[in-house]
Amino acid sequence: MSTAEHAETNRRDFLYIATGAVGAVGVALAAWPFINQMNPDASVLALASVEIDLAPVAEGQEITIKWRGNPVFIRHRLAAEIEAASKVALTDLKDPLARNANLPDADPATGENRVVGGKEQFLVMMGVCTHLGCVPIGNEGEFAVVEGNTKHGGWFCPCHGSQYDTAGRIRKGPAPENLHIPQYAYLSDTKIRIG
Amino acid sequence: MSGHASNYQPKSAFAKWFHERLPIMDMVQGQVLDFPTPKNLNYFWTFGGILAVMLLIQIVTGVVLAMHYTPHVDMAFDSVEHIMRDVNSGWMLRYMHANGASMFFIAVYIHMFRGMYYGSYKAPREVLWMIGVLIYLIMMATAFMGYVLPWGQMSFWGAKVITNLFSAIPFFGDSITTLLWGGYSVDNPTLNRFFSLHYLLPFVLAGLVILHIWALHVVGNNNPTGVSVKSAQDTIPFSPYYTVKDAFAIVVFLMFYAAWVFFSPNYLGHAINYQEANPLVTPAHIVPEWYYLPFYAILRAIPDKLGGVIAMFGSILILFALPWLDTSKVRSGNYRPIFKQFFWLFVINCIILGFAGSGAPDNYFLSHEAANPDKWALTYKLVGQICTAYYFLHFLVILPLLGLLETPKPLPASISDAVLARSNPSTAHVPAE
Ligand code: HEM
Ligand code: FES
Repeated sequence: MSTAEHAETNRRDFLYIATGAVGAVGVALAAWPFINQMNPDASVLALASVEIDLAPVAEGQEITIKWRGNPVFIRHRLAAEIEAASKVALTDLKDPLARNANLPDADPATGENRVVGGKEQFLVMMGVCTHLGCVPIGNEGEFAVVEGNTKHGGWFCPCHGSQYDTAGRIRKGPAPENLHIPQYAYLSDTKIRIG
Repeated sequence: MSGHASNYQPKSAFAKWFHERLPIMDMVQGQVLDFPTPKNLNYFWTFGGILAVMLLIQIVTGVVLAMHYTPHVDMAFDSVEHIMRDVNSGWMLRYMHANGASMFFIAVYIHMFRGMYYGSYKAPREVLWMIGVLIYLIMMATAFMGYVLPWGQMSFWGAKVITNLFSAIPFFGDSITTLLWGGYSVDNPTLNRFFSLHYLLPFVLAGLVILHIWALHVVGNNNPTGVSVKSAQDTIPFSPYYTVKDAFAIVVFLMFYAAWVFFSPNYLGHAINYQEANPLVTPAHIVPEWYYLPFYAILRAIPDKLGGVIAMFGSILILFALPWLDTSKVRSGNYRPIFKQFFWLFVINCIILGFAGSGAPDNYFLSHEAANPDKWALTYKLVGQICTAYYFLHFLVILPLLGLLETPKPLPASISDAVLARSNPSTAHVPAE
């Protein structure tokens, strides 16, 4: 093969590769809107926050509200539930992180870090099992506080058997994380805004 | 398609004119009517034709259902009830479509186990097999999205659990589920896009079926002996022999299908799906449709989220590697005495996996009673774990080793030889005329 031919082959190769590369970038750019259209749209993003009055929620009672299409549990805990949660050693937890959107990511999952503003009586968390998203059932499971025949606090997920304690922390089963705590703030002593 | 040795002769002037412009009748003659087919195919070879008919039925019933269905969270459930009550013959069309999906899966499972028993995935049919596995994957995706459309409780929670599988992916998991949902939960954008894709994918399947048949026609059919075709005497033209045999099997299968549609249309479904979706309450017991149960059992067998998801997808993707995991050169299980036993064990294992996926994980196996957590008990979960281990053992250990250790029975010299030996043992080695 002569050197001239050789050089020519190389130049062609370069042109092929350069053309191909430019084409590939073009295709990727054109594909992006077709993928990105699937992300949440403006109307979904607009449904950002809800306000809830906690006064009617009696001690030992739990309400479920809907926020961004998902259930949020708001539980007015008994003293026994709070105490049970605070007694657990951090080393016994499957997920040692607080998972509290109002705190830094690295904060540990102590009983106190699972609420906002030190109001430990009100536990506010996503009712979405961190395994595959089912809604756990309240006052159930091995980590509830038992008084006679009744269970207080604790959650059991009917789908694949995850068990959460009285602070909504994962203790047993396939779920990897504690129930998430959404961003929320106290507007007054008994009123919160989620989102 | 290969081997265009068709004898097609256009008979009329119009046929000749057309043939010179589009030789499609030539292809029909060569690839359908005259296609040389092993003469010893049994009824397990009729399921390909049955599957083609089922795909067609799903497309036809689906397109007419779509004329009355509304893909919106506020209206989907009611529009399906409207199909059931108001639309002329709507109840029948919907029951045909819903049960048709189950029949489609019965047929595909028989078709796949057929391939596994007779070694139809081995050289030179690896690509044919892999296209088949791809078809199966897309079928599963299609049926999954279809099941979401009636927007009942099981539709919603099935969708939520399955899409959440992707949240197990490290780092990108949450962005992927948000992208799939178009929001922060399964909601209207999700339903709408599932409808769009549920309409699209069956046509993708139809395209893949064409590739599947193309690949089949390059290498030819396998057959119950697993011995390759050696001469023209081993084959017969596809028509009329197999067109009639397939048609007969299709009619019998359609009778079986009709029995479900007309006598037990809801048996394979879940009563709770007649309750409208409620994003705030998970039903006490959620289970997927029967055809996903073995994989659901595998998902639940692993106590770790990412691990369960990997095992579940792995159990399907491993089928792509099957042609290389089975080290035996002998195709048909008829000539592999030990493989044959392991094959049936594998089938039974898959069925038990199905049962393991159907109950609450901590109940005693095949019972509605919760097991005592402090004592050893044979629970749904434990059975699922044992069978999951065996499932992977079959592919990763048993098949590779069997090919090396087992002594196969002597193979017949040809398909014709095997056929003659069966009908008249004394003429086994007299060459056919
Ligand atoms: C591979 C073929 C297909 C399979 C396996 C399949 C499967 C399913 C399943 C399992 C359901 C839920 C049935 C129920 O419980 O009510 C469904 C619903 C539906 N499918 Fe399909 N389908 C297929 C093709 C199609 C096609 C081509 C269309 C055309 C648009 C379609 C339109 C619909 C509609 C409108 C519904 C909602 C009505 C209903 O729930 O009965 N399907 N499909
Ligand atoms: S979704 Fe809760 S345990 Fe699986």
